[in-house]
Amino acid sequence: MRLRLVPDQTSIDFFKYARLTFGASVVAMVLSLGVWLSMGLNFGIDFLGGTTIRTESAEAVDVGVYRDALAPLALGDVSITEVFDPTFGPDQNVAMIRIQAQDGAEAVTPETIAAVEAALVAVVPDITFPSVESVGPKVSGELIQTAIIAVLASLGAILVYIWLRFEWQFSVGAVVALVHDVILTIGIFSLLQIRFDLATIAALLTIIGYSINDTVVIFDRLRENLIKYKTRELRDVMNLSVNETLSRTVMTSGTTLLALLALLVLGGDVIRGFVFAIFWGVIVGTYSSVYVAKNVVLFIGVKRDWSKPDAKAGTQFSNIDA
Amino acid sequence: MLQIPLWNRLMIVLVVLAGVSFAMPNLFYDRVERHNDAVAAIEETGATTDALAADRALWPDWLPSTLVNLGLDLRGGAHLLAEVQVADVYEARMDGLWPEVRDALRDVRDQVGTIRRQDAPAGELHVRISQPEGLAAGVAAVRTLAQPVVSLTGVGSPTLEVSGTGDLIVVTLSEAERQATDDRTMQQSVEIVRRRVDEAGTREPTIQRQGQDRILIQVPGIGSAQELKDLIGTTARLTFHPVVGRTQDPEADVEARQLLLPSMDEDGVFYILEQTPVVTGDDLVDSQPAFDQQTGQPSVTFRFNPAGARDFGDYTAANVGAPFAIVLDNEVISAPVIRQAITGGSGQITGNFTVETSTELAVLLRAGALPAEMVFLEERTIGPELGADSIEAGEMAALVAFAAVLVFMVLSYGLFGVFACIALVLNVGLIFGILSVIGATLTLPGIAGIVLTIGMAVDANVLVFERIREELKTAKGPARAIELGYSRALSAIVDANLTTFIIAVILFTLGSGPVRGFSVTLGIGIITSVFTAIYVTRLLIVTWFDRRRPKTIEV
Repeated sequence: MRLRLVPDQTSIDFFKYARLTFGASVVAMVLSLGVWLSMGLNFGIDFLGGTTIRTESAEAVDVGVYRDALAPLALGDVSITEVFDPTFGPDQNVAMIRIQAQDGAEAVTPETIAAVEAALVAVVPDITFPSVESVGPKVSGELIQTAIIAVLASLGAILVYIWLRFEWQFSVGAVVALVHDVILTIGIFSLLQIRFDLATIAALLTIIGYSINDTVVIFDRLRENLIKYKTRELRDVMNLSVNETLSRTVMTSGTTLLALLALLVLGGDVIRGFVFAIFWGVIVGTYSSVYVAKNVVLFIGVKRDWSKPDAKAGTQFSNIDA
Repeated sequence: MLQIPLWNRLMIVLVVLAGVSFAMPNLFYDRVERHNDAVAAIEETGATTDALAADRALWPDWLPSTLVNLGLDLRGGAHLLAEVQVADVYEARMDGLWPEVRDALRDVRDQVGTIRRQDAPAGELHVRISQPEGLAAGVAAVRTLAQPVVSLTGVGSPTLEVSGTGDLIVVTLSEAERQATDDRTMQQSVEIVRRRVDEAGTREPTIQRQGQDRILIQVPGIGSAQELKDLIGTTARLTFHPVVGRTQDPEADVEARQLLLPSMDEDGVFYILEQTPVVTGDDLVDSQPAFDQQTGQPSVTFRFNPAGARDFGDYTAANVGAPFAIVLDNEVISAPVIRQAITGGSGQITGNFTVETSTELAVLLRAGALPAEMVFLEERTIGPELGADSIEAGEMAALVAFAAVLVFMVLSYGLFGVFACIALVLNVGLIFGILSVIGATLTLPGIAGIVLTIGMAVDANVLVFERIREELKTAKGPARAIELGYSRALSAIVDANLTTFIIAVILFTLGSGPVRGFSVTLGIGIITSVFTAIYVTRLLIVTWFDRRRPKTIEV
């Protein structure tokens, strides 16, 4: 007996609740933007500049003690968080300390790092520093710029590619779906205040890649069916296409999510934010290819006659059966 | 119907075999690495010790021995992004130009009158002349000093820009010359950083120029970024100057063309020196740590090239009994008195050295001075334990992900699922094979990229299998259904993967460090997964179908 996540034959009407699903997407996007604007993002040092120090000790982490130890250094905004992870051993107590970029310093200040390390060793003798990372404000500014360019360039490249391969209506639909995915991901990062850094941007781009992959498969089938059923209602052809590819959509999302779940649980805390972003993006991306991209295409309408001009038309001589 | 030409089959099998055999050494990472290190050491020294031979024997010579480089986040090490202060060089150039400008203006003294160098912003040379009516002649005279720029883009334009207003002549480097100078400065800096890091003997450092004026330095296995900075951060400009005097006053007045520099060892002592050095570190050919024969203190020996040796010999011969100062990065290491002419071109520097500092100084002197100062914009240190933990976690996650996908696929597609899983194993093998051959670096996000590829690689197979199922419904017979399944799913596979590939390319061009590592594995993963899905599973299915000739198939 085979495992069938989706029955062989489905004829779900994906437009039945179009107002509801599309409306929900719009509301979710507005909420995400609202959360983003009101709560902001928890930017990492890649974008803000500053220093993060990862500490590890056998002794349990007492954030208060750390804070008191660092207070006399007057470093401005210092955030100390304890890190928990199922992969840590019993005497592995990890904390992340983030220090804001020091005023007026274009470059990194090694003195600050040395002072912080000395202050912590004084209170927790067995503390070690598995990683110390510093980014100067000059670089972080450029990194933000590059990140924004990367996201825009990806969207642009996809817009053009889909336009060339399909029709402009498809590329608009695809890009709207992608923007939807990106905004929802930024929204959840803002809501949960997960650290937003360069890796998150890479994750965003991966989400774009994954979501477009999903969308393209449905579009590809839609194009095929539009040629096959020239007279059927666009809405019906779309429903047919989604139903036909539904099994594949669920299978692929399923395997990808399974792989990501393993990484999310077992991959360690260093890349957890990164993996979480992709995990979330796969869910949102799958949803958007079924419920957003298509609706946009339906909304703007599409060319129906996909048959190529008949090459033989007008050359009757070639019809001779020899 | 289901024909794959023989040469096609052979190609597919060959590619897979090559990929897997290049991936295999990575399974025995530690052994192969020791083997490779031993081979390199034997090649370099020419001598084979027992320990090296034993290490070498860990892995047969005839097997592929290329490994995937592990990124800093997996191996531990230090990462620095340095900005070279290229404008520093303009200033030095202007200082060097001043004697020439002076001589050129002296030739037209009857028109410009007396000349005087004025304080000027960095990178500019201002000369005031006493007869403003001779400005045109002065400017023309200075212009003769300009030479055509030697560079790929700026050929023909002059090196200097000379302008004049009132009684002031302003000389600056032209835009083309600045660019050419920046380029040279960067090349020199990269080269010298590389030499210094190589001298320290660490494994596979990455030293790359980034953009206009940056250098990215990644050294695996080094303890901390600070250690790395000590090695490459100092300019290490060694110069020998005539000593004019000694003082305790940090504000002491010095005449033009003289320097007031602090002593390195004696607190509060300053030396007044002639600004123009007798010889510089540029003329050094060798430098070694040593011990002073009289005192037994650590010292550093040096040897000049013939030109340097001649200058040094001439100067010492003419100035016996006078002190001269050995200056390193604007600090006086020592100021010994010349007892006799030093004609051999070699000598020794004594100072307050320890064995470590003398060794470090010798390394720096051998590698040469940096042409300009470097400012560090970004530094990251990752401890080796954290890297080891990450590898462990990544491996574990990859295995679990793999097993889960395997079970899921077999449950859903039966035998075809098994074929897809074989393709998946080969796919991961191919990814590692390609990563090893092109010498790519595997980072932690790179592992995530592979895990993601495991999930997504199945996609192409799923597309084909689902399509075969559909074609089977229209009862065309299994062979026809398989054929149609592959050909009809192709356009979706190509479109879907090309778009993802575009993203990987954008990530690669715009990303840096770990993000780049991710884009590399993602991009390679897309290519290999399409290859394995379209060719490998198809070969498996067709071979199976040819043998069994089943009347019906269930997908």
